[in-house]
Amino acid sequence: MRQTGQGFELETAIADAGTLRRVAIDPVSRVEGHGKVTLLLDDKDRVQQVRLHIVEFRGFEKFIQGRPYWEVPVMVQRLCGICPVSHHLAAAKALDHVVGASRLTASAEKLRRLMHYGQILQSHALHFFHLSAPDLLFGFASEAGRRNIVGVAAAYPEVARQGVLLRKFGQEVIRLTAGKRVHGTGAIPGGVNRAVSREDRDGLLADVGQIVGWSRDAVQLVKRLHAADPALYDVFGAFRSNSLSLVRADGALDFYDGHLRVRDADGGVLVDGFDVQNYHQLIREEVKAWSYMKFPFLAALGPRQGWYKVGPLARVQNCDFIPTPLAEAERRELIDHGQGKPVHAPLAYHWARMIELLHAAETIAELLHDDDLSGSELSTHGARAREGVGVIEAPRGTLIHHYQVDDDDLVTTCDLIVSTTHNNQPMNEAIRRVAQRYLNGRELTEGLLNHIEVAIRAFDPCLSCATHALGKMPLQLELQDVAGAVVGRLSSAS
Amino acid sequence: MNPPSILLDGLPVPFVNGQTIMDAAMAAEIFIPHLCHHPEFKPQGSCKLCTVKANGRYVSACTLPARDGMEVENNTPDLNDKRRTLLQMLFVEGNHFCPSCEKSGNCMLQALAYELEMLSPHFDPFYPNRPVDASHPEVLLDFNRCILCELCVRASRDVDGKSVFSLSGRGITKHLIVNAESGRLADTDFSWADKAAHVCPVGVILKKRTGFAVPIGKRRYDVEPIGMQVERLAARSAGEEG
Repeated sequence: MRQTGQGFELETAIADAGTLRRVAIDPVSRVEGHGKVTLLLDDKDRVQQVRLHIVEFRGFEKFIQGRPYWEVPVMVQRLCGICPVSHHLAAAKALDHVVGASRLTASAEKLRRLMHYGQILQSHALHFFHLSAPDLLFGFASEAGRRNIVGVAAAYPEVARQGVLLRKFGQEVIRLTAGKRVHGTGAIPGGVNRAVSREDRDGLLADVGQIVGWSRDAVQLVKRLHAADPALYDVFGAFRSNSLSLVRADGALDFYDGHLRVRDADGGVLVDGFDVQNYHQLIREEVKAWSYMKFPFLAALGPRQGWYKVGPLARVQNCDFIPTPLAEAERRELIDHGQGKPVHAPLAYHWARMIELLHAAETIAELLHDDDLSGSELSTHGARAREGVGVIEAPRGTLIHHYQVDDDDLVTTCDLIVSTTHNNQPMNEAIRRVAQRYLNGRELTEGLLNHIEVAIRAFDPCLSCATHALGKMPLQLELQDVAGAVVGRLSSAS
Repeated sequence: MNPPSILLDGLPVPFVNGQTIMDAAMAAEIFIPHLCHHPEFKPQGSCKLCTVKANGRYVSACTLPARDGMEVENNTPDLNDKRRTLLQMLFVEGNHFCPSCEKSGNCMLQALAYELEMLSPHFDPFYPNRPVDASHPEVLLDFNRCILCELCVRASRDVDGKSVFSLSGRGITKHLIVNAESGRLADTDFSWADKAAHVCPVGVILKKRTGFAVPIGKRRYDVEPIGMQVERLAARSAGEEG
């Protein structure tokens, strides 16, 4: 996107902000956490400034300091109730280095992997079926009262049922590996504290074939939506950017472990095989006064050229292949859709996400046959270290945990770069494109403003994690005149 | 001649001379909520969780000797309501963050809160600033969770012969200290083998580097509520947590 002297286009209005009309979408709904969007419009309703703000702050990085390191995987997962497993595992991976567990036992790694792929499955199902399907199935400006999971259940009962049951299966995988569906304690520094019994594996195996089948159906559903309206799906909010993700040493898609790879907007490899322990040499973060969420960028390219997207769309196109057959076939179809170039359209995130859902289901099916899951060698340790970095591909993208621990076993520093933070600039870019295309010069309605939210939802942001805030409230937007007086108010309840 | 007995919530409970109401109840496997009491140590009656009504008067069950014919009320709404209030005060006076506490599931304070159906802290939390002492190579002291029961004080003094711990200050400023010039546990002769290392009913004295080795759901009070574990509470011994 073209950049102004003060930053990116539409990031900061060129005209005196005092002369512009302000519209706020506060809070953004059907996302995890609490954020808002502000628009500044001139007297002809032309969009002059668009910003996604994250408005609350909790500061886990600070209060984790001074706590014993073995508490950390259990404590930091409280960042979020949606994908706590990601934080739990990223912290455990970082602290594996501290306890000298350079290589986990086979049982421990497979149990963690199973937990994580269960997490990917449940989170992706939650996001697609509960949060985004209402927009995609009914239309962005359809009746607001119907745009929710209850509306989906009424109009498409089988789709809603499968969404609920897919999520339930993922939650059950988590329960059996972590002890609880939410906020369990399965991973410890150096391994895990529980195995999965043969009986529990058999219970999951009885259903997993159906889960793989429904996951295939979900991919087909997204593809049908794309095929029905390519003019919308291929261009809505589209912007070009670099992409970052973990990939396995052989180039395979891997959610649990690997090296960092970055591709540029044309798909060329910028960085490959990058050791995650050195992530701070690869990534820097910029702070902007108007948001609590930082803006990460590639150090070598700087903040203007070095921003990148993460998450399903980045991962599926960054890897060389997906190591399960059904998902790999679907990946090839997505790649072919780009006709030799990366697909950058935000709505293609849903397509990539459902391919990942299918991959997670296939991987769980494979793992459940592995007797290592019921093994007894669950943890290991070696020479103590003072520092560790753990990186994992969370449902929403690359998640980085970095800890330093003193000789008394207390955490001295903690740095968390969460998935949604990586996607800060991409989300801002997407909503600016949407605002220019759909809102410019028009009288704003709830349906039009929902277009902005549709673009944000495509990234499946977790604003709780991104700023460590919690909360979820209905959409409310206010219209103010130039003097700042409220002249209209809309809410999802009205 | 029948042995002497008390009438505990209407049930005759025998005792031998010298036993307290708590001793008699434990021997009969009747649960009276308590925190500072431990059958191996001289009772001191400081936590007041074991408050019962004996012949119409509020008394500490762990310190009052049983007397033949004494009528004792224990499991009544009035007493449990008062005990719940005491628990709420203990929770807000410290920093009790159960979700990431290694003692969760093995903690008597938490178990009693469940047992007595404490649904909220009710009072405003104090959020005291109590840095942990991680100086010892084997043991972490997390003072945030201290409820001033003095079990570690008694165990270290009376069993270990070391007097590593003590209470200092008065009233609301009273707090647990380590008897070393530096105030650090590393500068004492404290050891994980000490009796004092194994009597804390909450999560103050913890073995280092072993957090969450036992999964949630398989811990002492996950398996069975504290009120059902009277026999084992009476048989607590060194090496057994809780």
